[in-house]
Amino acid sequence: MIAAMTIEILNYLLDPLEYAFMQRGLAAAVMVGVVCAVVGAYVVLRGMAFFGDALAHTILPGVAVGYLLGGGAREPLFWWALGTAVAASLGIGAITRGGRIKEDTAIGVIFAGMFALGIAIISTVRSYAVDLSHFLFGDILGVTGEGLLWMAVFGGLALLVIAAFYKEFLVISFDPVLAATLRLPVALLNNILLALIAITVAVAMQAVGVSLMVAMLVTPAATAYLLTRRLQHMMALAASFAAFSGVVGLYVSYYVGIASGSAIVLTATLCFGLVYILQTKKRNS
Amino acid sequence: MYPHVHHQTDRPILEVQRLTVHYEERRALDDISFHLHAGERVAVVGPNGAGKSTLFKVVAGVLPPGSGSAHVYGSGPGGHVCIAYLPQRSQVDWRFPVSVADVVMMGRIAKLGFLGWPKKSDWAFVHRALETVGMEALSRRQIGELSGGQQQRMFIARALAQEAELMLMDEPLAGLDAPAQDGLLLLLGDLRQRGVTVMVATHDLEQAARHFDRILLLNRRLVAFGPAGEVLQPEKLVAAFGGRIQIDRAGQVLVDDCCHDD
Repeated sequence: MIAAMTIEILNYLLDPLEYAFMQRGLAAAVMVGVVCAVVGAYVVLRGMAFFGDALAHTILPGVAVGYLLGGGAREPLFWWALGTAVAASLGIGAITRGGRIKEDTAIGVIFAGMFALGIAIISTVRSYAVDLSHFLFGDILGVTGEGLLWMAVFGGLALLVIAAFYKEFLVISFDPVLAATLRLPVALLNNILLALIAITVAVAMQAVGVSLMVAMLVTPAATAYLLTRRLQHMMALAASFAAFSGVVGLYVSYYVGIASGSAIVLTATLCFGLVYILQTKKRNS
Repeated sequence: MYPHVHHQTDRPILEVQRLTVHYEERRALDDISFHLHAGERVAVVGPNGAGKSTLFKVVAGVLPPGSGSAHVYGSGPGGHVCIAYLPQRSQVDWRFPVSVADVVMMGRIAKLGFLGWPKKSDWAFVHRALETVGMEALSRRQIGELSGGQQQRMFIARALAQEAELMLMDEPLAGLDAPAQDGLLLLLGDLRQRGVTVMVATHDLEQAARHFDRILLLNRRLVAFGPAGEVLQPEKLVAAFGGRIQIDRAGQVLVDDCCHDD
C-alpha cells in the first residue's frame, strides 16, 4: 500500500522530467531563484525593491530592439537584456545622485517612460501579443541549452562577486559613514552592486519576465529576513526558499496548467505568507 | 584600495583651521579654528543645528570642507583610518541581520584589506574589544536585542577594533537612563588610559563640565573653547544658546532644548 503510493508520487515527480524542456526549465528555475535570492538580500536590506522593479521594466525597449533586429530569435535577447540592464542601472544611479528631484520620483519617471517605449516598439510587430506576454511574464519552458549556459555563467559571476566583496557590501549597506571613514571606495562599490542587480535581472528575464522580476528579488529574501538574524544565514535561507519555489512552482504549472512564472511567484508568496503568520503567532505567544 | 598615511606625531592629533562649511545654501560652520592634544576628552556643546554633526563629519573626512581645513596628525582626514565616527543611535537600522561581533568586526575591514577574510587574530581582537566595553557575553546577540547603553558600547568596541586614535561620538548619551550614562562616562575615562582622543557631542552642560577636560561651545561659530570654568560663563552660554537658556538663582544653568538631533 505504502509502496504503491510511493511509486505513484515518484511517477508524479518523474513523468515531467521525460521532457527536455522541463529539465531545462527546472534547472533554470533553481539557478534564477538562487541568484535572485542572494542579490535580493541586499535589495531588501537597502530598501531597493522599487529600484529593482523599475530596473526590470526599464530593459524592455532594449529587449524589444534586439527582438526586431533578430527577427524573433531568442538567443540574442539575453545580451540585449544584459546591456540595457547594466546601462539603465548605472544611469538611474547617476540621475538619482543628481538630487534635483526625489529618488523614487526620478526612478518612476524613467521606468514608466522606458517601459512604454518598449511596448511601442514591440507593438509594431503583428504577432506582438504572444511575444510581449513572454517578455512580461517569462517563458521558462522555452529556455534553450545555450540560454541555460549563459544563465549559469553570469549567475555564477554575480555570486562570485558577492562572495569576494561580502564584507565591503555589508558595511556600505549597514553604515555608509563607517565605510567612508574606513576609506572604502563607496561610490565604486555602490555601482558594482547596481551592476550586479542588473546582471541578475538579465539572468532572470526569461524565467519570470520583467513584470514578476521584483517578486524573485524581494519575496524569498524577505521570507528569510523574517527567520534569521545573520546576513549569511539570510542569503542561504533565501536561496533555499527560492529554489524550492522554482521547483514546486514548475510542477504546479505542469499539472494544473497555469503560467509557469506566476506559479513560481505564487509559491514564493505562499511561503512568505506562511512564515509571516507563524512568526507573528510566535511573537504574540 | 585602502590608503594609510604616516602620522606626523609632532603635529596635533586634530588641527582645524578657518573651517567653513555650507549646507544647503546655509552656513553650517563659520570660520572655526582649534586644535586638540592626543588623549584629550572634549565635549562639543551647542543647540540643535549648531553644526556639531557637520563638524564631526568634516573631521572624519566624510564631508568635504567648504573652505579652511581639518588636519589629523598633519594631513587631511581622507588618508587616515584612525578616525572613528560613532553614529547617533537613531541613525542606525537596528533590525539589520548582524550580530554584535559582526558589527565590531566591521571596524577591522581596513586592516583586512581587499579580498581579505578575518583571521583568528582579528576575531581575537574583536573579542578583546568587546571585553574592554563589558560586552563579551553578548557578542552573538542580534543588535536589535541590545539596550541603548549596550548599543553605544558596541560602537565603542567597533572603534577599538578599528584601532581608532580619534573617536567622534555623536550624542552618545541622548536617550540613555542615568546608570547607562554613568557607565558610558566611566568607559570614556578608561579610553584615556589607552591614549584615545575623544570628542563627544552633547546637550548636557553639567556632564560636560564634570567629565571632560575641555568644552567646545559651538553655534555655527566657535563661541568658546577651554576648561569648564572658563567656558561656562553666562554671557558665553547666551551667545551659544540665545534665548533658550535660563540661569536660576543658584547659578544652575537650564537649557530649553528638547530635541536630540541636529
